[in-house]
Amino acid sequence: MDALILHRIQFAFTITYHYLFPQLTMGMALLIVVLKTLAVRTNRRVYHDSARFWARIFGVNFVLGVATGVPMEFQFGTNWSQFSRATGGVIGQPLAMEGVFSFFLESAFLGLFLYGERRLSKWGHWWAAFLVFLGSWISGFFIIVTDAWMQHPVAYSLLPNGRFELTSFTGLLLNPWALLQYAHNMGGAVVTGAFVMSATGAFYLLEDRFVDYGRLFLRVGVTAGLIFSVLQIFPTGDLHGKYLAKHQPAVMAGMEGLFKSERGAPIVLVGQPDEERQRIDNPIAVNRVLSFLIYGSTAAEVKGLNEFPKENWPANIPLLYYSYHIMAGLGTWFVLLMGVAELLLWRDRLFGARWLLWPIFLSFPLPYIANTAGWMTAEIGRQPWLIYGLLRTEHGASKYVSGGNALFTLLGFMGLYAVLSLLFVLLVFGEIHRGPGIGSAADVESGVPVSNA
Amino acid sequence: MIGADVMGTIWYWLVAAMLVAYVVLDGFDIGAGIIHLFIAKSDLDRQMILRSIGPVWDGNEVWLIAGGGTLYFAFPLLYASAFSGFYLAFIIVLWLLILRGLGIELRMHLDVRVWREFFDGCFAISSALLAIILGAALANVIRGVPLGDDSYFFLPLWTNWQAGPNPGILDWYTVIGGLVALVALTVHGSLFVALKVEGALHDRTVRLVRALWPALVAITIVSLVSTVWVRRSMLENYTHYPVALTIPVLVMASLSGIPVYCRSGRVRAAFRCSCLYLTFMLVGAAAGLYPTMLPSTTDSARDITIARAISGRYALSAGLSWWTLGIVIAIGYFVFVYRMFAGKVRVTPSPSTDATN
Ligand code: HDD
Ligand code: HEM
Ligand code: HEM
Repeated sequence: MDALILHRIQFAFTITYHYLFPQLTMGMALLIVVLKTLAVRTNRRVYHDSARFWARIFGVNFVLGVATGVPMEFQFGTNWSQFSRATGGVIGQPLAMEGVFSFFLESAFLGLFLYGERRLSKWGHWWAAFLVFLGSWISGFFIIVTDAWMQHPVAYSLLPNGRFELTSFTGLLLNPWALLQYAHNMGGAVVTGAFVMSATGAFYLLEDRFVDYGRLFLRVGVTAGLIFSVLQIFPTGDLHGKYLAKHQPAVMAGMEGLFKSERGAPIVLVGQPDEERQRIDNPIAVNRVLSFLIYGSTAAEVKGLNEFPKENWPANIPLLYYSYHIMAGLGTWFVLLMGVAELLLWRDRLFGARWLLWPIFLSFPLPYIANTAGWMTAEIGRQPWLIYGLLRTEHGASKYVSGGNALFTLLGFMGLYAVLSLLFVLLVFGEIHRGPGIGSAADVESGVPVSNA
Repeated sequence: MIGADVMGTIWYWLVAAMLVAYVVLDGFDIGAGIIHLFIAKSDLDRQMILRSIGPVWDGNEVWLIAGGGTLYFAFPLLYASAFSGFYLAFIIVLWLLILRGLGIELRMHLDVRVWREFFDGCFAISSALLAIILGAALANVIRGVPLGDDSYFFLPLWTNWQAGPNPGILDWYTVIGGLVALVALTVHGSLFVALKVEGALHDRTVRLVRALWPALVAITIVSLVSTVWVRRSMLENYTHYPVALTIPVLVMASLSGIPVYCRSGRVRAAFRCSCLYLTFMLVGAAAGLYPTMLPSTTDSARDITIARAISGRYALSAGLSWWTLGIVIAIGYFVFVYRMFAGKVRVTPSPSTDATN
């Protein structure tokens, strides 16, 4: 097989897998701070136990995030050496800052947070939780800055030898694309955290075990889930779309499956893009909505793929189209589900509503799918560019790493990650089965490994 | 305004400093991993060893990640060339780092003997291999690689085991480098464990250090001699700047401190000697290479030098501010965390309350 395609598959596989863990880390870190705040202020046992319970799951998740994150840092060099050589002066900066400013912070305070409860004061321990949260959110920021620069390069000059040089440090960090992407992405992470928490709560109520905890998880999870699911659509998702139409119109057209420019363009809810005939098969569409969403006017013209030379079309239109529709479709479901749940919660009827607890329980994988689909939209949409408009993917890969070598390592990663998945599922389900409220503040008397007491 | 040369030199030494910090800090985690299978006589011993590194290993590993990021940022050409050129070795390092992390973190999660033994095995094997590969990697940089005109190269894992113009990642010279690292980190890790535990386990680790010490001296000397043999130009900086000759003297001095302090029971001082030994070895290598970062085995005109690999001026001067700030803060965390977890590790014989399922 061609080396390039293997490099792409390997990167896509390892990054997609890695991001399964940080999204929960970042989302849950926020919710743990919420639980911790409640615990410190009320001093009620159910809050303390809940914070500890989620901290244990957080710990396992974090270990996997670290284990799969380390390869990411180095794969720029191993698999994309021409890209790294060209861009190090620009995006090497945020990547290095991520290590220096966030990973040190996170790794230092996680141990204290998980095992320092007895040794630290109440507020001291709250601070440890807060700093872990801060570290993980800073880490998300720097990595998004890196990615946003590839989507929308700013603050650079291109030297004759093909290298990029940074021209403005603040310009890079405050790339408007990055700020928007950060808001949307972190919202997605909180949605994951909130859904996992509410699903666990629903599970406990359905099982009739740990009922007090189940109720608390539902209260916190459903409320956070509703707030952040709404934010995902409006304003962040909406703005993302407008931005995209402005800066990457070909990608937008591909996402919507709009082959020809249209005034009053419809939004396609369901349908299958057919590249040969350049149309959507079996469309269920709502007229004029797309024009309205992008330009705020039902009559505006939306550019279709026909406006762009074919070599600049997004490389895989069907996959792009489906990824985008899966994300947006799930986003709609999240608002509906959490909206109804919040209503019942407010009316005090949620805890007995088994018909609703079931879908809440079963929905926990969906935010993972939505987040992954969102990233696929962004990254597949960017193809054939590695740096949008500036560097093509085929000019970024390592020059002398053969297809055989790349396949060997790809298979290795797949095998190793298959084992990791098994271990992770086993451990997390074990924790959930065991439930909160067992054991007490963990001990620091002796240093304990980061994730276990 | 800092001149281009000075800027390059500054970043060369900053990256070197981060790698030294990595080796000195994560080095003892690796060493603890190497010894724990045969030095621990019971599960309790094993728990003590793991707990001595438990709260700190992840932070130690961050020096590698942050160092790698800094290398990417300051010397993109070198980062790109070296990482793709040593492709398989680097990916294997990544796999070993994954296995090592799991070995430390997951063993206690289930109170099942087979589970624990499996992760103990992962931890020991991955630590030993990591030590060897890291040592061999440094030796590769010293020996040089067959750089092409485009500053890229690709090395298979081994060819004919000769350190000639077209070597593999492993040849007789780099294997020596790997062995130096294996022995040095075993000693280093043993001293750290001795520092953190008491009783019979403590005595056994100190005995291990004393038994290994002659081997460490021997292999250090062999490696210094063979380095001069493989890369004569390493001597140039030393003849140019005779001050640099203090480095090998310091290497030997810190090395000889180890058994002296071990005998008098001052393990902390012995551990410090071991830190210094690792530092001086690495600084010596960096001083010999400077201003080259990756020499070519075929034509020294193709060497990757600081001047060739360095990033743009503006980015680097911006970097200097945040790097200094960030590292000062990070050192603050390290001092704080090591203080919090200072002192001997104690384990109560009963399995921890939530290690059952
Ligand atoms: C729970 C997760 C989640 C949910 C419910 C949504 N998104 Fe999203 N979306 C993401 C999670 C996400 C993401 C994973 O965070 C992405 C990938 C890259 C990024 O920065 O954010 C993303 C990217 C992303 C992009 C950029 C694609 C590109 O850069 O090419 C757009 C236009 C949208 N989203 C739009 C929406 C809309 C209109 C939604 C509402 C219905 C929506 N998203 C729901
Ligand atoms: C966690 C979220 C992410 C996911 C799920 C993701 C997904 C993907 C996918 C699916 C591809 C393959 C596209 C293709 O080849 O068709 C890809 C490629 C790539 N992505 Fe991302 N990505 C993520 C974040 C990032 C970030 C943060 C960066 C930069 C820092 C990045 C940099 C790259 C690079 C360099 C490639 C390889 C070149 C290419 O094929 O475009 N990705 N990613
Ligand atoms: C190419 C892209 C990426 C690289 C190079 C990368 C690198 C890393 C590394 C080296 C670690 C381990 C840190 C440690 O040892 O403590 C890590 C963990 C982490 N990464 Fe990534 N990462 C990438 C993508 C992402 C994305 C897209 C996000 C989120 C937006 C993210 C968020 C995190 C977080 C929060 C952690 C902490 C550990 C955890 O949460 O599980 N990373 N990453």
